[in-house]
Amino acid sequence: MSKVADSMNNKSEISKRLYVSDISCAGCVETIEAALKSVPGVDEVQVNFADRTVNVSGDVPADTLIQAISKSGYTASIMEDNTESERENKDLAHYKKLLKKTVISGIISLVIVAVTMLGLLPDVASFRGQISWGIVSLLTLFVLTYAGGRFFTGALKSFKNHNANMDTLIAIGTGVAWVYSTFVVLFPDSVSEIARHVYFDTATLIITFINLGSALEMRARGKTSEAIKRLIGLQPKTARVLREGSEVDIPIEQVQMDDIVRVRPGEKIPVDGELTEGSSHVDESMLTGEPVPVTKKVGDEVVGGSVNKSGSFLFKATRIGKDTALSQIIDMVRKAQNTKPEIGRLADKVSAIFVPIVLIIAVLTMLAWFNFGPPPQLTYMLVTTMAVLIIACPCALGLATPISVMVGVGKAAEYGVLIRKGDALQKAGQLTIVVLDKTGTITEGKPVVTAIEPSEGWSENELLKIASSVETNSEHPLAEAVVEASKEKNIELISIESFEAVSGHGVRALYQQKTVLLGNRKLMNDNGVNLGSLIESSEKLSKLGQTVIFVSVNGEAVGLLGISDPIKTDSKEAIQRLQKSGIKVVMLTGDNRATAETVASLVGVDDFIAEVLPQDKAHEITKLQELGEKVAMVGDGINDAPALAGSDVGFAIGTGTDVAIESADITLMRGSLHGVADAITISKATLRNIKENLVGAFGYNSLAIPIAAGILFPFTGLLLNPIIAGAAMALSSVTVVTNANRLRWFKP
Amino acid sequence: MEILINLVGLFIIAFIVWWFWIFKKQSEAHVEGNLLDIVVDSGVYEPSVIHVKAGEPVTLRFIRKDSSPCAEKVLFDGLDISADLSVGTPYDLTFTPEKKGEFEFTCQMAMYRGKLIVE
Repeated sequence: MSKVADSMNNKSEISKRLYVSDISCAGCVETIEAALKSVPGVDEVQVNFADRTVNVSGDVPADTLIQAISKSGYTASIMEDNTESERENKDLAHYKKLLKKTVISGIISLVIVAVTMLGLLPDVASFRGQISWGIVSLLTLFVLTYAGGRFFTGALKSFKNHNANMDTLIAIGTGVAWVYSTFVVLFPDSVSEIARHVYFDTATLIITFINLGSALEMRARGKTSEAIKRLIGLQPKTARVLREGSEVDIPIEQVQMDDIVRVRPGEKIPVDGELTEGSSHVDESMLTGEPVPVTKKVGDEVVGGSVNKSGSFLFKATRIGKDTALSQIIDMVRKAQNTKPEIGRLADKVSAIFVPIVLIIAVLTMLAWFNFGPPPQLTYMLVTTMAVLIIACPCALGLATPISVMVGVGKAAEYGVLIRKGDALQKAGQLTIVVLDKTGTITEGKPVVTAIEPSEGWSENELLKIASSVETNSEHPLAEAVVEASKEKNIELISIESFEAVSGHGVRALYQQKTVLLGNRKLMNDNGVNLGSLIESSEKLSKLGQTVIFVSVNGEAVGLLGISDPIKTDSKEAIQRLQKSGIKVVMLTGDNRATAETVASLVGVDDFIAEVLPQDKAHEITKLQELGEKVAMVGDGINDAPALAGSDVGFAIGTGTDVAIESADITLMRGSLHGVADAITISKATLRNIKENLVGAFGYNSLAIPIAAGILFPFTGLLLNPIIAGAAMALSSVTVVTNANRLRWFKP
Repeated sequence: MEILINLVGLFIIAFIVWWFWIFKKQSEAHVEGNLLDIVVDSGVYEPSVIHVKAGEPVTLRFIRKDSSPCAEKVLFDGLDISADLSVGTPYDLTFTPEKKGEFEFTCQMAMYRGKLIVE
């Protein structure tokens, strides 16, 4: 098959899912099917009557399909996940529409303000005045319906649902202004002369300000999801795949499992896979926060979205579509951005009852001015009630927490820190102790043989040959190190006759009809092996943090091996960072005391707990919690799962690209402990930001509402103009979003 | 006259309390055939009280008509479910409610409110 034919054939695999809201009978199914099949390029149509969807395969733009359906008398819309750019376009269109409304209502408002302030129109009590003000009233009505219509429909709809929201407040506030003013225009004589004011300018300006505020807020909000957009942007659109011997560029959606993909220098890796030919350096910083490009050779894992820096290579696709690490990261960040930490609950509770309470305050304000206010009471009642309704801003309150969480979770993702839930963000900011698992967390987790000491009469190679021939049957991580060491020395292994693990101590095997013991000092003592001078060397090695394995053949000590797990280069620095922020760092390990003590002093932890069996790790966490500490556990997410789940904040580290660690609250994409410190600093900054927002929003509402009600009037004669109230309200929610956006510049 | 106006004011307050808090009748719906359309428009989810059966998978199809940014997200408190909605693109949220009870679902700011009742 030629390249062109191949790629064309692939295109027909593209299918779209449409939603047709008005499929109501079996007859509709046929009509829609026929309409779609007549569209050139459509291969197959499947109408699902039960869930009112249609699957269409063929390379046809969605708009064409929707048009075809609408021509046959039905309304359809696309069901697929929107791409971020489509979403952005919609938002931009909405923003422009809002801006247009703001400009038009703004111009009309200015005209009305000018004629009102300059006294250009005759007195409302005259016939000419009534005509001219009548025209102004109609203009205002136009602004209210054209630019403010959504507030009125929203208010009405929620009212019917026994609900009230911001729309309710704006609709009543501006509605009252218009109704009262129009009443004055129509029946000027029924209102006393001093109360004969009209408030058309107030109504139009409030609508203008609020629309302007919404537009600004939309803009600012767009920036809060920048982190997600950046992650989505990492995904390349096409992949170069080997098909029947030649390389073809295909859309990324069409990459299949086990496809062999070519990546050239400078290109992005399209999906996850395993390198099969060539080698290169790959920049994974956008995914893991790891700044140094990683060397990749045959057999290594490559991650979709990372950038190939040097050589050209081939890899086999192992994870595609929604299963790639990048897709999972995007999904996780998105979900986490939608969760709320505990601190936001109060604001949620308040905003649930906020609007009805403001309505009640408005009525009480009205009654207070009616009963106790100076004349003209009617004017004061109107001005204060409008101001109360308009200045109250449930938006700022409701936005305070979620908007900061969005930016904070996104910021963390930039540093390779994936936060599962908003709650973890809050708890990570309050930690007092961080417990670090030793192996794989502080250390590399890949033990290597660092000392080989044969007894007299034995050679290093003989010792290693016996040890690795036995250990090749074991799955213990230390055994791996021994086998690896013999491989490096090209030592040939000999098959053994029998193998038996002695739990917690070592192994026993039959090797060329001889009994071989491999294990700790206790195993040797129990079997009466005389260790002689090996004891001294073993003590030295233990002090250096190495694990010692003795080897004996038929009861004679053959020698010992020292194995150690190198400490990650930046562990010490990261631990110091944590300590500087006032957190106590404790190391937890299953190793013996001597080894633990050495590692502990090398990296400078405050305390360590040694010889803890894996199943007891969770118990150690609980013990610390019982002392009133807020405990974080950092571990590998698999062996440490119970401890991670039991801690206040569980960090999974060193899991590579496996992001879906259920037991962890926070997954660190990078192996470095700096991730823990980053996560904690970002959490603290986010929490601080949320607090600022909450204090601001609560403070604003609890100060502004009484002032609007006229509480200062008896002392200072000061009353708040409802127009100012409108501007303040519009500004307050913009301020909250802008403050959250400050977090984008935060550097941990 | 004065007494009358004060009485009217008090009556309005009583009405607010009754309408928004005590007599809270909302549009209710039982999910049939595992699929239910929920329209998101003008500050309201319609229907806003949804009955589902525990242990049975359900698809809530959110149809967002409201272009105000508030309507963008829907969060189910206590269920760890959330979705980003796009104007004009229905979103199928499929899940299996396991726990019985009442769960609120709201927009990000908790202004749009609905209730999921798992029976």
